[in-house]
Amino acid sequence: MATRPRTLYEKIWDAHVVERREDGTCLIYIDRHLVHEVTSPQAFEALRLAGRPVRRPDLTLAVPDHNLPTTARRDAQGKAIPIADLESAQQLAALERNAPEFGIRLIGDADAEQGIVHVVGPEQGFSLPGATIVCGDSHTACHGGLGALAFGIGTSEVEHVLATQTLLLKQSRTMEVRVEGDLGPGVTAKDVVLHIGGLLRASGGTGYVIEYTGSAIRGLSIEGRLTISNMAIEHGARAGLIAPDDKTFAYVKGRPYAPNGAEWDAAVAWWRSLATDPGAKFDKVVVIDAADIVPSVTWGTSPEDVVPITGTVPAPEDFADPSKQDAARKSLEYMGLEPGQKLTDVEIQNVFIGSCTNSRIEDLRAAAKVLKGRTKASNVRWAVVVPGSGLVKQQAEAEGLDKVFIAAGFEWREPGCSACLGMNPDKVPAGERCASTSNRNFVGRQGPGSRTHLVSPATAAASAIAGKLADVRELAES
Amino acid sequence: MDAVHEVSGRAIPFGLKNVDTDVIIPAKWLKTITRDGMGQGAFETLRANPDNLFDSPEFKGSPILIAGDNFGCGSSREHAAWALLDLGITAVIAPSFSDIFSGNAFKNGILTVVLPQQAIDRLMEVARTDPVTIDLEHQTVTTPFQDRFPFEIDPFRKHCLLNGLDEVGLTMARGDAISSYEDSARTAMPWLAHPHLHQGEHAA
Ligand code: SF4
Repeated sequence: MATRPRTLYEKIWDAHVVERREDGTCLIYIDRHLVHEVTSPQAFEALRLAGRPVRRPDLTLAVPDHNLPTTARRDAQGKAIPIADLESAQQLAALERNAPEFGIRLIGDADAEQGIVHVVGPEQGFSLPGATIVCGDSHTACHGGLGALAFGIGTSEVEHVLATQTLLLKQSRTMEVRVEGDLGPGVTAKDVVLHIGGLLRASGGTGYVIEYTGSAIRGLSIEGRLTISNMAIEHGARAGLIAPDDKTFAYVKGRPYAPNGAEWDAAVAWWRSLATDPGAKFDKVVVIDAADIVPSVTWGTSPEDVVPITGTVPAPEDFADPSKQDAARKSLEYMGLEPGQKLTDVEIQNVFIGSCTNSRIEDLRAAAKVLKGRTKASNVRWAVVVPGSGLVKQQAEAEGLDKVFIAAGFEWREPGCSACLGMNPDKVPAGERCASTSNRNFVGRQGPGSRTHLVSPATAAASAIAGKLADVRELAES
Repeated sequence: MDAVHEVSGRAIPFGLKNVDTDVIIPAKWLKTITRDGMGQGAFETLRANPDNLFDSPEFKGSPILIAGDNFGCGSSREHAAWALLDLGITAVIAPSFSDIFSGNAFKNGILTVVLPQQAIDRLMEVARTDPVTIDLEHQTVTTPFQDRFPFEIDPFRKHCLLNGLDEVGLTMARGDAISSYEDSARTAMPWLAHPHLHQGEHAA
């Protein structure tokens, strides 16, 4: 099919078309399906009621993450410690029941491989470049960091994939977000994606699949690329993609589910062929100079509310759009901030380092590097590090990072979604502020009344030391 | 799934922009394992205000919601669609919807109608006092005042909604096509078609 030049997205799409309808809708084959306890119970319930089996349990992997407490899960005798929240326990029990009933592998709460689905998928080699990957979770876009077409789906679609291993989809438009140049000191993948979010706004990517390109993106580690792609949904995009390259192959190689032997060579050859062809057209192109990106932080209740850490809180009048002015007014009130206030004057009471955006080993290393030999400020009531998986936790402990965190006054927890969203015991109290490495600063996201400032792991660490939102670059210089 | 031909009645003149799914149904309501009863948590934060539209005698149980740009953004939770249904809302009119939300809405038989902002402004005005009618067959939204706004809808979605068709069943009927794709993928991309968990590394 040597036709017109195609983008990475179009190549993956074309390789997965089962059937094309007249109106352009395609039945797309799904290579990998990750299942967690929140969005799956009703899908399994529907299958059971209709007497339908799971078509490809071998392409499906179940991992609990959202509801799990991040404190010890087994007592000294190895017995499960009961979960206090009844509804949490119920959802977790449903997954533990449904997975074996439908023949699906479950990585359970006590397994070393357990973690946040979007950390576990790449880590296990279950998520692969060029694959179509879905999960009933909007941050599935994360896996696009490996060059996989990955996106979040709702429970009905979870049911559809379980039953048919396919989805009915319309092809999205394509957008290239090109970041060229070198990132400055203290500027991380998280700052890049926050910056992009500020430019594109929360709905600028709606209807698009974004391919992140350019030398600044290619220069990132795989962990950094997963961080970028993770937040594609925060610009409204269906998915994010980063072309697989030698770094990607080195990351994937030898992982438990990765191909090996002759299959590995064939896979790499195919992955190489997926790169966007020269001359392929994107429907939209956004070019960003890496030199414009500084450590960034959100001030409001939408991920688009981004300012440089050196900046000030905007005033509603700064926005042209009247409805955005209104939203800004509400955000300021909710966040308890005044226009003109310097971000570095904003005191914080909580620091959360974790979530599928920033809980990989590189993230923990970045935070530990800042924290080494320092301690959190006394006004920081709760500082916590939640590794993205049991394997990340083991690795961090092998490197002694846990000791750095604990010495700095942080708690060191078991893997899970934790304070990224208010579903498990880890919450930010009403009216308190949190420097958080997660991906959403929505009203009530970290618990009712919680005030979230999205930041990078390095900025979170620097903020813990300062007791205020802080510019990590100043700390490094001192 | 029930067939949808027309949705007619009072429309809640809500109008808010960027309403995310956390607003539609807060995270704590995700902890269910069945679909019913979700309406209690719908718009919980807004409904804490006793003067909210959703519980006002005039709009309680209205089948239509009029919203602003980017309705249903944020988390992919399908609970948002179940919450609306449980409140009695079977159609939402807005200038734009998040992709995931409109997919979830459709799969639960909720009609999402995209209209330009001027039309929304007019409907918001009418909705305060009078009913609104959405005719799916003819793809129009009308009011008792001769307003008539045509809208576009994906023909497949329209067909399924009009006939109350269940998407999973429709696709299962295409089992042969799926099998033949799997056969060719087995040769072309065996590493995708058959993941092997390698021995000795992380065997469960
Ligand atoms: S860490 Fe947060 S964003 Fe990621 S899957 Fe868990 S709840 Fe969702």
